[in-house]
Amino acid sequence: MSPASAILAALAIPTAGAVLIVACGRAPNLREAVTLASAGLLLATVAALVGPVLAGARPAVVLFDLLPGIPLAFEVEPLGMLFALVASGLWIVNSLYSIGYMRGNDEPHQTRFYACFALALAATMGVAFSANLLTLFGFYELLTLVTYPLVTHHGDDAARRGGRVYLGYLMVTSIVFLLPAIIATWALTGTTDFRPGGILAGAPLSNAALGGLLALYMFGIGKAALMPVHRWLPAAMVAPTPVSALLHAVAVVKAGVFVAVKVVVYVFGAEMLAGVRAVDWLPTVAGFTIVAASVVALRADNLKRRLAYSTVSQLSYVVLAAALLVPLSIVGAILHIATHAVGKITLFFAAGAIYTAAHKTEVSQLDGIGRRMPWTMAAFTVGALSLIGIPPAAGFFSKWYMVQGTAAAGNWVALAVIGVSTLLNAAYFLPIVYAAFFRPERVAPAHDHGEAPLASVAALVITAAATLVLPFFGSIPLALARAAAGP
Amino acid sequence: MSFWSHFSYAVTIALLIAGLYVVIARGNLIKKLIGLSIFQTSVYLLYIAPGKLIGGTAPIVDGKHAVYSNPLPHVLILTAIVVGIATLALGLALVVRIREAYETIEEDEILDADRAADRDGHGA
Amino acid sequence: MIGQHLPALVVVVPLVAAPLIVLARRGAAGWAIATAASLASFAMAVALLLQVRAAGVISYAIGSWPPPWGIEYRVDAVNAFVLVLVTALAAVVAPYARRSIAAEVPADQQYLCYAMLCLVLAGLAGIAITGDAFNLFVFLEISSLATYVLIALGRDRRALLASYQYLIMGTIGATFYVIGVGLLYLMTGTLNLADLAARIGEVQGSRPVLAALAFITVGLCLKIALFPLHYWLPNAYAYAPSAFTAFLAGTATKVSIYALLRFYFSVFGEAATFGALPMREIFLVLSIAAMFLASLAAVFQDNLKHMLAYSSVGQIGYITLGISLDNQAGLTGSVVHLFNHGITKAALFLLAGALVFRLHSVRFADLAGVGRSMPLTAAGIVVGGLSLVGVPGMAGFVTKWYLVRGALDAGSWAIAFTPVVSSLIALWYVWRFVETAYFRAPSAAAAAAKEAPAILLVPALGLAFACIYFGFDTSFTVGAADAAARTLLGGAR
Repeated sequence: MSPASAILAALAIPTAGAVLIVACGRAPNLREAVTLASAGLLLATVAALVGPVLAGARPAVVLFDLLPGIPLAFEVEPLGMLFALVASGLWIVNSLYSIGYMRGNDEPHQTRFYACFALALAATMGVAFSANLLTLFGFYELLTLVTYPLVTHHGDDAARRGGRVYLGYLMVTSIVFLLPAIIATWALTGTTDFRPGGILAGAPLSNAALGGLLALYMFGIGKAALMPVHRWLPAAMVAPTPVSALLHAVAVVKAGVFVAVKVVVYVFGAEMLAGVRAVDWLPTVAGFTIVAASVVALRADNLKRRLAYSTVSQLSYVVLAAALLVPLSIVGAILHIATHAVGKITLFFAAGAIYTAAHKTEVSQLDGIGRRMPWTMAAFTVGALSLIGIPPAAGFFSKWYMVQGTAAAGNWVALAVIGVSTLLNAAYFLPIVYAAFFRPERVAPAHDHGEAPLASVAALVITAAATLVLPFFGSIPLALARAAAGP
Repeated sequence: MSFWSHFSYAVTIALLIAGLYVVIARGNLIKKLIGLSIFQTSVYLLYIAPGKLIGGTAPIVDGKHAVYSNPLPHVLILTAIVVGIATLALGLALVVRIREAYETIEEDEILDADRAADRDGHGA
Repeated sequence: MIGQHLPALVVVVPLVAAPLIVLARRGAAGWAIATAASLASFAMAVALLLQVRAAGVISYAIGSWPPPWGIEYRVDAVNAFVLVLVTALAAVVAPYARRSIAAEVPADQQYLCYAMLCLVLAGLAGIAITGDAFNLFVFLEISSLATYVLIALGRDRRALLASYQYLIMGTIGATFYVIGVGLLYLMTGTLNLADLAARIGEVQGSRPVLAALAFITVGLCLKIALFPLHYWLPNAYAYAPSAFTAFLAGTATKVSIYALLRFYFSVFGEAATFGALPMREIFLVLSIAAMFLASLAAVFQDNLKHMLAYSSVGQIGYITLGISLDNQAGLTGSVVHLFNHGITKAALFLLAGALVFRLHSVRFADLAGVGRSMPLTAAGIVVGGLSLVGVPGMAGFVTKWYLVRGALDAGSWAIAFTPVVSSLIALWYVWRFVETAYFRAPSAAAAAAKEAPAILLVPALGLAFACIYFGFDTSFTVGAADAAARTLLGGAR
């Protein structure tokens, strides 16, 4: 398969999968098989692109014009490659997990669930491979709309309200801030293409206006959950856990920070922004988000809420690192997209498994659960270690690059922020691990339970293993990150 | 230029404003239509009066005269009169139907009836 | 030979169809004639568009009397596009109308509906194609009078008062227009639009000409339903039979906007219009007021048709915003929104008509849970709603793209934010429908309903699909709008 057709296949496979899933709605096993097959095919297709991209090729497909002069176009570059790889790789695992979760909890509307999942992946591939801002914006909005039925899956009042906050924050930011920013970019440069080194280099823009445009972009990318446009993330916790895992590891949030890094590197250009005082607010806002979100996570008793705010915090690591504008920190930022994804999905899987097996949602209820669910809590521990940044878990390596980046940029405040938040991470994760394994069970569960359904546990173990093993096979993510951050 | 040389325009404006006033200020549906007709009549005057040129004769070509009154405004206004009549007829037909449906042709009473029906949960 | 007479035929065919329908007397025959006339008009409009693309401006003298003494039909890039829109919507609504009208209008009046529909089509086509100012008034009144009848045929008795109020306001508007034309005639001695454009230069800036500009503006703005002259629209759209609302919502105000554009740019000229009177500022303020206030009003309505009607008033604000920006991007956005909003609103009202067909109501209380019993209809409404919001991949997005660009080109970030912020209000009222249809327990009416019949769904969903199609393939719509904007700004006629 030629690289160009691989790009189109990457979009077509999940879409066709969604259609087939709806068609097989009456036969659950067949339907689940379609999901797994689509996911497997997608990973194979995406993986086929890695080789050419690492060798320096940039496969591209240009379709028809969406607007005069702006085509629906795709181009694979290292950053998009890594994002697509992470997303497609984790879809299979997430599908496996979903099967266990949805059946274990006897959830209704499963066909709609799997079909919207597949469409969300198609939109994610579109975001990853977009060659210009207009194409990107289209798939970005599609992703919001397609995940809305997933967030409001339960259909009750709480789901409806959560859905309103989710849709509200994401649509307001993208329509009011991101869209005008894109149109202004088009008006200033005559193009919306992504180019290494950025397209705004020659634009007639004062430094203050540059800072303003960057603000429109960064706050317009609501999926990157920069404070104060972060509230959609905890609100989306009303969704079933596989959806939260998808949102917080695979598709939505990673699309957000992916777009943020892509805008900084390919629209503005790191060299162009370096030294412009008017953009100094970005590391500050990101740093504030990191610490503030960690503090909220510390005080949250609901497990998913704690994980949600942890995600808000971790996403801003990526933004902070990118905002430092030095190659080392950008490598760290890009790497963190992959390492956080694997670590966080493990944590969410564990949270969902705990809910499925024990119907427990609060941290304070988790005493002694490690004995009943050893595999789950072991995986949780691994995920926690990765997020804190303890070797050999994957998170250590991305943090290490980020720390090096702060030194290279001479930004000691950023270094301090990373340090403080690492301590806070430890403060809100390690007590859970300790309580699960070393405290006796205080409250007897409603019914005797062991581990969650096999499919879920299998998925857990796979991602936890990946978190540990990734550094040893980490050459690919690292190479892609280096290629993206480089010249 | 004096008031008397532009007398027709003064009448036009007076009719225009009188007609509009009746439309706005009166609640009886037929009176509104009368006002509308007066308003439209002012337009007829606006077109026709300037058609009569000073020293102009009837617009039949004849070697003895050089200045003819303009026939075109008359043609235009014939059309406009027809339109006005059609509008008036349609308006009156509507008033008849409204009378059948509401038992009144006062606008405020009709609106009150609608509001009352709305409160009772009627209508699509 | 027919090819030479297309400009006249596109008006004459529906005009002749109307009395034929009255003679035929039976609803079914009436429907057949109306559908045939609509399709023929559409074919001719497309042929005209192709001719204009090849040959430039087409000038056709009625009765072979040469202009400027005779009446001239003049087709160029601007009105060919408008003609295609109007006739296309007629062609889509006509097949739909059969069952929809059968359900909403008493049997003995149905053939009259179709006759009026043909008259409205003839009138609107005439406004679009004519090159004579007074002829425009005649067609304006033909279409308006037929429209008043169509509205009055609605089931609810409130349709009568709505039609009456529209009659009063519409006639005032048309009369203001004719006063303006009269003043222009007095000053230049001609009624032919091209000739007016040539002669108006000598008397530019004189008080009668300025007064004419003002009268024509107010008169046409009453027909356009620009805030605050929109009072007639919500009730007229809500109480008319569904099929006709769909047709009117997509065409009537749009053709009046075309007439305004024609006078502003081709007759008076851009410099005079925007220089002598503060048209830019007036339209800017009124457009922003329409976009925000009318959209907000839409949020708080208790039935779907009123919501869509107020939404229309808001969307007209987008079009006039583009006019006030007075640059290539802004005018492109305006003209393309004539089309995009036309098909979007027509689709939405056709789907609302499908709801009326099954549920006999469009109040939100009765629409609860309709997403389950009428999934295709509800999905179509969501698609149309997303196009109103302007989600990328939908027709409405293209409009916003150009309006924001036009505002930025005019140098104002504040204006650039107005279309996007007001589309959030659109999101609010669209989501009201989404939550009602999908999240609430089904009402009694919704639970008992089945999906709408195919004859209603096919045209409606076809238009909804067109909203998506023209969001992706913009070559026709943006190409035509761009050419139209260029023609208007170029001033030459």
